[in-house]
Amino acid sequence: MQPGLYHILFISTALFFIGVYGFLTRKNLVTMLMSIELVLNSVNLNFIAFNKYLWPHKMDGLFFTLFIIAIAAAEAAVAIAIIINLYRSHNSINVENAEELKY
Amino acid sequence: MNGSDIIFYLLAAMTLVCGLLAVTTRHIFRAAVFLLFSLIGVAGIYFWLQYEFIAAVQIVVYAGGIAVLIIFSIFLTQQAGDKLPKQRIDRKIFGALAAFCGFALVMIQVYGHTFFETEEGEVTVSVFNIGKKMLSITDGGYALPFEIISMLLLAAMIGCIVIALRTKKENS
Repeated sequence: MQPGLYHILFISTALFFIGVYGFLTRKNLVTMLMSIELVLNSVNLNFIAFNKYLWPHKMDGLFFTLFIIAIAAAEAAVAIAIIINLYRSHNSINVENAEELKY
Repeated sequence: MNGSDIIFYLLAAMTLVCGLLAVTTRHIFRAAVFLLFSLIGVAGIYFWLQYEFIAAVQIVVYAGGIAVLIIFSIFLTQQAGDKLPKQRIDRKIFGALAAFCGFALVMIQVYGHTFFETEEGEVTVSVFNIGKKMLSITDGGYALPFEIISMLLLAAMIGCIVIALRTKKENS
């Protein structure tokens, strides 16, 4: 069967819910960040697939993907800075050990 | 079923299997490596769709930047070789149930919907066209979001430095 829009939508939906599953079950902050990266990737795949198969005369999906990649890079950098700071003060990056919400 | 289809299915299988292993394995370093392969599989799907620029950006930013950043943060925060603690089984079951129900719901919606393609001619997604569109300020150009993204990156960079800065103890 010729792969088309529905195949890519299947992949991106599956990747999204794999990320959601990881986010619900993991306790470690770094692995939760990895799950968020999977979710963002599935969104990018969706934008590119719609751009390719439904609106090939525009490039809007492509630009949204570019901007999402840039925002994801900024988000990952800030998250890792926060995680390293948390590890310095709590000696653990488990979400259950970080519950005071104060400096 | 020709070679192109086989390549697509291989890339899809690589992406999904590595993604699944990345969220289920108990070795955190292996999880990072599986995540890297999953991201490379997504980049391969972009290549398969002939969006070479996006694929290159995906490899440079995700596989080259974010994966390395995650691996470094694992080295900084984790003892080498020890496993993550076992998760509670009820949390696993309910997480899988929630994810599967959401997946089924979305797939039912997608397969019940018919998408209509436009009849207009295809524009080539060359780097020339992308750059021209990104920096144009007329007819739907993306100059303003481009500038806002650059401000956001600058703010994120300064924020990272400020957050991760080691503060001196006041009484020592």
